[in-house]
Amino acid sequence: MSNIKSAFAKGKAFIPFITCGDPDLETTGKLVRAAVDSGADLIELGIPFSDPTAEGPVIQGANIRALKGGVTTDKIFDFVRVLREDVKIPLVFMTYANVVFSYGAEAFISTCRGIGIDGIILPDLPFEEKEEFEPLCQKYDVDLISLIAPTSKERIAMIAREAKGFLYIVSSLGVTGARSEITTDLSSIIKVVRKNTDIPCAIGFGISTPEQARKMVGIADGVIVGSAIIKLMAEYGTDASEPVGEYVKRMKNAIK
Amino acid sequence: MTNANGRFGVHGGQYIPETLMNAVIELEKAYNHYKNDPEFNRELTELLDAYAGRPSRLYYAEKMTKTLGGAKIYLKREDLNHTGSHKINNVLGQALLAKKMGKTRLIAETGAGQHGVATATAAALMDMECVVFMGEEDTKRQALNVYRMKLLGAEVIPVTSGTATLKDAVSEAMREWTSRIDDTHYCLGSVMGPHPFPTIVRDFQAVISREIKAQILEKEHRLPDAVIACVGGGSNAIGSFYHFIEDEGVRLIGCEAAGRGIDTFETAATINTGKLGIFHGMKSYFCQDKYGQIAPVYSISAGLDYPGIGPEHANLHDMGRAEYVPVTDAEAVCAFEFLSKMEGIIPAIESAHAVAHAMKIAPTMNKDQIIVITISGRGDKDCAAIARYRGEDIYE
Repeated sequence: MSNIKSAFAKGKAFIPFITCGDPDLETTGKLVRAAVDSGADLIELGIPFSDPTAEGPVIQGANIRALKGGVTTDKIFDFVRVLREDVKIPLVFMTYANVVFSYGAEAFISTCRGIGIDGIILPDLPFEEKEEFEPLCQKYDVDLISLIAPTSKERIAMIAREAKGFLYIVSSLGVTGARSEITTDLSSIIKVVRKNTDIPCAIGFGISTPEQARKMVGIADGVIVGSAIIKLMAEYGTDASEPVGEYVKRMKNAIK
Repeated sequence: MTNANGRFGVHGGQYIPETLMNAVIELEKAYNHYKNDPEFNRELTELLDAYAGRPSRLYYAEKMTKTLGGAKIYLKREDLNHTGSHKINNVLGQALLAKKMGKTRLIAETGAGQHGVATATAAALMDMECVVFMGEEDTKRQALNVYRMKLLGAEVIPVTSGTATLKDAVSEAMREWTSRIDDTHYCLGSVMGPHPFPTIVRDFQAVISREIKAQILEKEHRLPDAVIACVGGGSNAIGSFYHFIEDEGVRLIGCEAAGRGIDTFETAATINTGKLGIFHGMKSYFCQDKYGQIAPVYSISAGLDYPGIGPEHANLHDMGRAEYVPVTDAEAVCAFEFLSKMEGIIPAIESAHAVAHAMKIAPTMNKDQIIVITISGRGDKDCAAIARYRGEDIYE
């Protein structure tokens, strides 16, 4: 069984997203541990990419700061290796296809397994292109996470049937970033998913408040929050672990 | 040349967010329907002829030929098209297709501004809303084109992310498309991005080589020895090459922007300095570092200042069917001045890259050989920037 499932075993899951190396890996380590201590169930670790086409301005900023700080894929691998000495909850990488491809897909994915990464999320790798990495992910037992969007319609069943780990349900059109309102009919989407798979569904994109999170777990198994956390990181820099920890606690309490 | 999944050899594909998948599937279906629809083709031909001024001339550059003392040189005059470049060929096709699909709004990226101007023009003609994304750096380099787009009724959004050039304009247009799909068509300007764009744009630009072939057969009763075009994403080049791909005796030469040289970091020569990667929806060659971070490329030419190349070019390179050569800023500027003085034709600085390479190889060829250079656009837009390059402090 995929380790990722354990994140959803004790009730609704709270999944924070943290860009590695923003502003440095030492801070990332503190942030991850603060999130774990505050009740995070799974953490999405972002490997920065120069041109993140699925991200809004907030996470674009985190990518720029991290790359300027000199972080690389190899440094992040080393960082996770150390992190895994005490962090036991499931961890997944979120990055872009070129980061995996240019490293050498097999080298990247086998290293993920070696250092204890449970899954990979690639927003620019749709169902039609997953053959690029899926066979290697299966070989090394790393879950390649699929995304479903508000525009997926008749594609939902096809994606759900082959999904691994958990399904990332994109709440809204557009890029990542906080939204005052989420208008997509997510319960209809999740109904179709449920007919085709029993793996958990987590909703992401645009969620920032405890109220939104509570509403989302009414229909899904978990929520993913990125930009709201990155905003705190941008504001507090190397001192962000305390405010991020408090924020995670508040969000986790809201979905209990 | 394309297989079912939009692959050219290993290149191409659809590496885009799930949010856009149904949009590109819908586009492919619509295109496959309309490309064989006689009424669509009649309307498009009418637009290309009556509105854009096709066919464009194939001009024998006699003075240039005699001065260089080698191969006979013909210029394919895409600069004479309405809006001043080859971009209109693709835009009229895509705008007409979008209209048939019920879209009311066009978005586009632009580098030099030529594709943005062409899209704004088509939108004005067809009563569509138009938003153009342009790197902030390029809005400064090409201020006149920004004004032209606004005059035509388009909104121009300066993009400040990344290097604030063409690649960032493409990223921003993609982001915009994911947020508004129902009424919006992304009118991509080159043979790049996810399938079916490289195929659609190539088909609409293939009119260039179809005409060259007919025109050269009429004038010379034989095929040319070489066809030369500049390559950024590669739309005028693939348009110029396409109907010659099967004619193995015709050398196909794409001229990449080497910027300050391919041994420097200030270059945009993708085939010469890049490696295989996945970006902007496609697998192809990209300028990037060892961790796959896309390189901040540079060229004096805003239209060639792009870190990737269309997948069909990448495949033509792999097969050895086309050659891709680097041309520096300095060589392109010399060619810009040369063609202006020699033939009274001011080429776009992009097209000047192709002229520069022809100036190198023509003298090495025999007098009975023939070169066709595609002059993809007119150079009026570049005059102020080239003057500044030469130390004259003039502004538009």
